[in-house]
Amino acid sequence: MAEACLLLALVGVAAYTALGGADLGAGFWDLTAGGAERGGRVRGLVQRSMSPVWEANHVWMPFVLVILWTAFPEFFASIMSTLYVPLFGVTLGIILRGTAFAVRGQAATLAEARLLGALFAASSVLVPFCLGAAVGGIASGRVPTGNAEGDAIEAWLNPTSIVVGVLAVVVGAYLAAIFLAADAARADLPDLVDAFRRRALGAGAVAGAVAIGGLVVLRDDARQLYDGLTSGAGLACVLASVALGGGTLALLVGRRLDAARWTSVATVACLVAGWAAAQHPDLLPGELTLDEAAAGDATLSALLVSLAVGAVVLVPSLLLLYRLTLRGTLDQSFEPLDQRFRPLSSDDHPGRP
Amino acid sequence: MLTGLVEAHALAGQTQALAGEAQPDLLWARELQALSFAVHIPLTCFGIAFPAMVLFAEGLWLRTGDPTYRALAKRWSKVMLIFFAIGVVTGTILSFELGLLWPEFMGRFGEVFGLAFALEGFSFFLEAIFIAIYVYGWDRLPPKAHLLAGVPVVVAGIAGSLFVISVNGWMNHPVGFDIVDGEVTNVRPWEALFNAYFWHEYVHMYLAAIMVAGFVVAGVYAAAWLRGDRSRYVRAGLVIPLTAAALAAPVQIVVGDWAAREVAAEQPVKLATFEGLSETTDGAPLTIGGWRRDDGTITGGIEIPRLLSLLAKHDPNARVQGLDSVPPDDRPGPINTVRFAFQTMVGIGSLLAALSVFYLGVWWRKGRLPRSRWFYRLVVAAGPLAIVALLCGWITTEVGRQPWVVYGILRTEDAVTHAGGLPWVFAVMVTVYAFLGAILVWLLRRLAARAPETEVPERIEAG
Repeated sequence: MAEACLLLALVGVAAYTALGGADLGAGFWDLTAGGAERGGRVRGLVQRSMSPVWEANHVWMPFVLVILWTAFPEFFASIMSTLYVPLFGVTLGIILRGTAFAVRGQAATLAEARLLGALFAASSVLVPFCLGAAVGGIASGRVPTGNAEGDAIEAWLNPTSIVVGVLAVVVGAYLAAIFLAADAARADLPDLVDAFRRRALGAGAVAGAVAIGGLVVLRDDARQLYDGLTSGAGLACVLASVALGGGTLALLVGRRLDAARWTSVATVACLVAGWAAAQHPDLLPGELTLDEAAAGDATLSALLVSLAVGAVVLVPSLLLLYRLTLRGTLDQSFEPLDQRFRPLSSDDHPGRP
Repeated sequence: MLTGLVEAHALAGQTQALAGEAQPDLLWARELQALSFAVHIPLTCFGIAFPAMVLFAEGLWLRTGDPTYRALAKRWSKVMLIFFAIGVVTGTILSFELGLLWPEFMGRFGEVFGLAFALEGFSFFLEAIFIAIYVYGWDRLPPKAHLLAGVPVVVAGIAGSLFVISVNGWMNHPVGFDIVDGEVTNVRPWEALFNAYFWHEYVHMYLAAIMVAGFVVAGVYAAAWLRGDRSRYVRAGLVIPLTAAALAAPVQIVVGDWAAREVAAEQPVKLATFEGLSETTDGAPLTIGGWRRDDGTITGGIEIPRLLSLLAKHDPNARVQGLDSVPPDDRPGPINTVRFAFQTMVGIGSLLAALSVFYLGVWWRKGRLPRSRWFYRLVVAAGPLAIVALLCGWITTEVGRQPWVVYGILRTEDAVTHAGGLPWVFAVMVTVYAFLGAILVWLLRRLAARAPETEVPERIEAG
């Protein structure tokens, strides 16, 4: 049962990495879009694509937290207390980002939108880096069991953490570029399709380079993790991820954007699976195994029952949301972000005297 | 109960032994948690109670075809989405903070109460999905389907808060596990979920949410009324939320009495803290106002003989347990804080109930809204007052629960993280929350200033 709970948590992690990661990556493109005028169209597309789905995508994060603290309370307490610096960074980023994005839609002047946009975008880079750094700390065996037993700084400021943190930022940007290119194609905005296709190819190449370079770093810094990733199930996942990543690039070159959306998600899911396989059966390498960390059977079975019942309602609802989104039913009209703030004329309020 | 306490002390002693050094910044951890809740809880009120009002307005549009209701529902849905979005992120912060600040609590008891949060996670998910479909589906989905898409938002808002309250109820009335040799064993998660505290706490909070959301929204339109706007739009915007809040407010007094009697029965020390009752007394008096001095006497308050016994036990001569029934270490520290919070909540609740009865009375007898400008001024004030009462209620129950995080079992000081830097984290979070609060208020004002015509193609009739 502990395996089943872990599997569900990993599904949540993969979903957050793919969907939440893409939203965070959209923030990265927002950040790097250039000045208000030049980046207006890019930001307009980001705003339009993210608005209906980002909350649902974000909820995967608390979903994972809840499974972890219910099914593996000791693991949860150990990582939260030792990795408190990056995880407070995550909370800070989440709150600034969510609020700034939610209210940017209501901003009335370019200066307001610029301030909120800068907050949104900067925190969109902070969150994946901090999460990646925390994962790096766990995977490289730097988090001991117990209440803040690990080194508060070294646990997340180390070669593995930096590699995983950078990889998280780049992978999010890569996913976002693919999703946004596909959205732009649906919205019939050929210039943005090209802009994001180029970004996707670039980010894909960088992500691949970071991943391969990262393996070299892991070899020295986290040997156990490296061995896990280069043998058995871990290796299979890594190879699948490489194949899917290559396939995605080919689809991008061939302009098959909707198919690339799916293969890119699968690429990321394989990465998460590879991490899990490399660490198995430890939750905290060398410290805490899955079975040691697991809650009692009564809790695990209650959790599984409620997750199963919940899934009956949740899965069709999620499918409905994504179907409506991908069909364009929830699409807002596209508006370059800087254009919204042109001076209002009497045409804008035809109903008013 | 006694064996429970003995075991609790054994557990506490063991924790101490494991813990080594104590956290010097415990207070900062508590303040940070309190601050995060104070930001999140008023926002959740809109998630719990506001969607039903939005759907009601939309339903009126579908029935009458009057575009006023459609403009109102559409405008409200945008506000609902902003509040929900900020509620999502502030709620995520809370789930992080539970682990960041209280790892011993989560590590030991996560398996007991975690189930409620898992169920809450699902409600949260459904709310996020359908609120997006609802808000972005305006004018894109068929009207009936659109209204239907709002129903899960209403249900999920109510269900989600229900599960969270279940956890708070459990912290005050921990059941569903045994402690053997200091270890939590024989966990019964469903028993923990439906603990005896859950029902009154939930009903109390649900009504509070209706009052907060109802009075705050009504206040916006009461302000417009005071500025001289007598349009149907303003009238509808006032009447729908005000009626909901006015129906909840008088009932809340009855529910509050129920909650207080449960506390009197299950957590007598907490009740003694509400009242500042130092010694166990037969026919205990109720003291309104005043300051409790360190020697346990209250100066400057108005004492009403036997009222506390009457209220707490429904018997004027009943014995009410005082603070002296437990050692000083087991009493909540800041007695006056809890006492003032409790009395403020009761005071504001009574005022709002009186305002509600007046409004409903005028509506019932004369079939119109009150005409006095003072009534509208009070409605404008009622929103902020309801939020103050809400927060005071939470201060009452949460500070009153101290020094325990799991009542009678795990002390707050034994639950806290051993990590450093808490004052810094607190300072950063205060800055962030203050900044976000300012942005939110500023942008909601901007939204309110837009004419209703911007929401719908039809012309909204004035007058």
